[in-house]
Amino acid sequence: MNNFKILMNGIIKENPTFVLLLGMCPTLGTTSSAINGMGMGLATMAVLICSNIVISCIKNIVPDMVRIPSFIVVIASLVTILQMVMQAFVPDLYATLGLFIPLIVVNCLILGRAEAFAAKNGPVASMLDGLGMGLGFTIALTVLGGVREFLGTGKLFDVAIMPEEYGMLVFVLAPGAFIALGYLIAIVNKLRKA
Amino acid sequence: MEYILIFITAIFVNNVVLSQFLGICPFLGVSKKVETATGMGAAVAFVLVIATIVTYLIQHYVLNPFGLQYLQTIAFILVIAALVQMVEIVLKKVSPALYQALGVFLPLITTNCCILGVAILVIQNDFDLLTGVIYAFATAIGFALAMILFAGIREQLSLVNIPKGMDGMAIALVTAGLLAMAFMGFSGVDKGLAQLFGI
Amino acid sequence: MKKLESSLKNMALVLTGVTVIAGALLGYVNELTKGPIAEANAKALSDAIALVVPGFDNNPAETPETIELEGTTYKIYKATKGGEFIGAAVESSANGFGGALNVLVGFDKEGNIIDYSLLSHAETPGLGSKAADWFKKDQKGDITGKNPGKAALIVNKDGGDVDAITASTITTRAFLKAVNNAYAAYSGQNVDSTSGATQQVSAEPAEEVKMCENDSTKVCTGQCGHHHE
Repeated sequence: MNNFKILMNGIIKENPTFVLLLGMCPTLGTTSSAINGMGMGLATMAVLICSNIVISCIKNIVPDMVRIPSFIVVIASLVTILQMVMQAFVPDLYATLGLFIPLIVVNCLILGRAEAFAAKNGPVASMLDGLGMGLGFTIALTVLGGVREFLGTGKLFDVAIMPEEYGMLVFVLAPGAFIALGYLIAIVNKLRKA
Repeated sequence: MEYILIFITAIFVNNVVLSQFLGICPFLGVSKKVETATGMGAAVAFVLVIATIVTYLIQHYVLNPFGLQYLQTIAFILVIAALVQMVEIVLKKVSPALYQALGVFLPLITTNCCILGVAILVIQNDFDLLTGVIYAFATAIGFALAMILFAGIREQLSLVNIPKGMDGMAIALVTAGLLAMAFMGFSGVDKGLAQLFGI
Repeated sequence: MKKLESSLKNMALVLTGVTVIAGALLGYVNELTKGPIAEANAKALSDAIALVVPGFDNNPAETPETIELEGTTYKIYKATKGGEFIGAAVESSANGFGGALNVLVGFDKEGNIIDYSLLSHAETPGLGSKAADWFKKDQKGDITGKNPGKAALIVNKDGGDVDAITASTITTRAFLKAVNNAYAAYSGQNVDSTSGATQQVSAEPAEEVKMCENDSTKVCTGQCGHHHE
């Protein structure tokens, strides 16, 4: 597989949200607006790229039996660093995303890619895989956030497009997250088959 | 009375899956049959309560006294992972019957974000140990309730014709949305109860 | 390079090594970001104060006074200009629809409301969350310029004259309760200004206050609190 293919694989063919269905909690929990979805996507991408690089570098010195615990320690450290940096420099976004930042640790997308890709490939390829998967995740979360924000409040990226009275509030609330994602996956299914 | 209120709020009003979006992966992944959903729910309840107690003790007797709060995430996830392993080993020896029922679900629980989520929430909300345990147990019941209801619907769903594009995860998510909408009907119930109890 | 085999010695060594490196790295980053985090928190507070009691030339965020009223503690940030008292920002909270609702209310010398800022809340997005703007100047539920000392703020559904947020009476009630309480704390502090002054002298750990400002429900663990959607 050449490098470009690795990159595009995560964005389209194996999109983590729409195709692999990984990391559903933050996908549903933080996408009440396009900006929030994008922030969560970028935060996850940062951790994913770093964890892929680190894990592909240390893969040979970690015995198989303690592979998973070691990977979890690496991922948890990276998430904690991200937490501190976000608190210091983007406190508003940190407050909005709340609990879902520490929960990046248990995002199956990250451990999944560590196991499936970084533990078998070199650092450069792993970085590209992280970048591709991260971008795919970010795009999916931004689209879902955009759809929910537009249908729910008539805005997109905080810019009013329709009068607020036409918004269907349910899309900003919990049920709307499930329903919007359900229909988006259905659309992606249809497009993939065509 | 306060404990009853926490209990009801955590199960119905702020349901962990349907309004807080924690533990979605097992909720969508192992909910095709009522039987497996029940097993998963029980396993989560078991681990969640133990994990809450252990992480509470670690936070208050290890991390806080030494000023190591920034190690919270890493410490909690390691404790939960180790705990799940230990529960598995102990269960195998002590109660083979229970192990048979819950065994397959235990490894999946490490990456169930509702365990880590609840452990952190208990610390953030400054609950005492008893309140934390009650909250954790109620959350687990809420999780099991949502799982079992959802699995029941999905069993019926497999019997009907569904448009091709919607088949599988798409229709499951829309169903979950309708279930979440039904649970929204409980919002405000906690306020009424609080008034009733005079809290 | 060949993979290390899974002997007990190797496993223990690697796990310990990974954990120690991770711990040391985190400690280092924690030292680095401690300052900026405290600064960001302090800035958020002083920005909110500047919004609700504009025109001061001291640093109110540095010298908060705490006052206890019916078991609840309120933080009062006094604003002065040229040494003269011009008003104060009061931090107050009440239980809304989804949880605690924290507001910072600015009063002038006479006790009229200048402005307010919603610090944190857990209300329904799109409904109760409108409280952030609803009661501002020239909005539907405008409360600026009103004086809770003359007549407590009451929502129109309960016979008062403040318009409720559409479909969010409970949020409105909680918000107005927080504002009324803030006034009570403010006026109590005004009357009892001598004890307030002694409190100010004894309240030396300003550093600590800065770290865990703005939310009584948050635990000051460095993993500072959060609120759900």
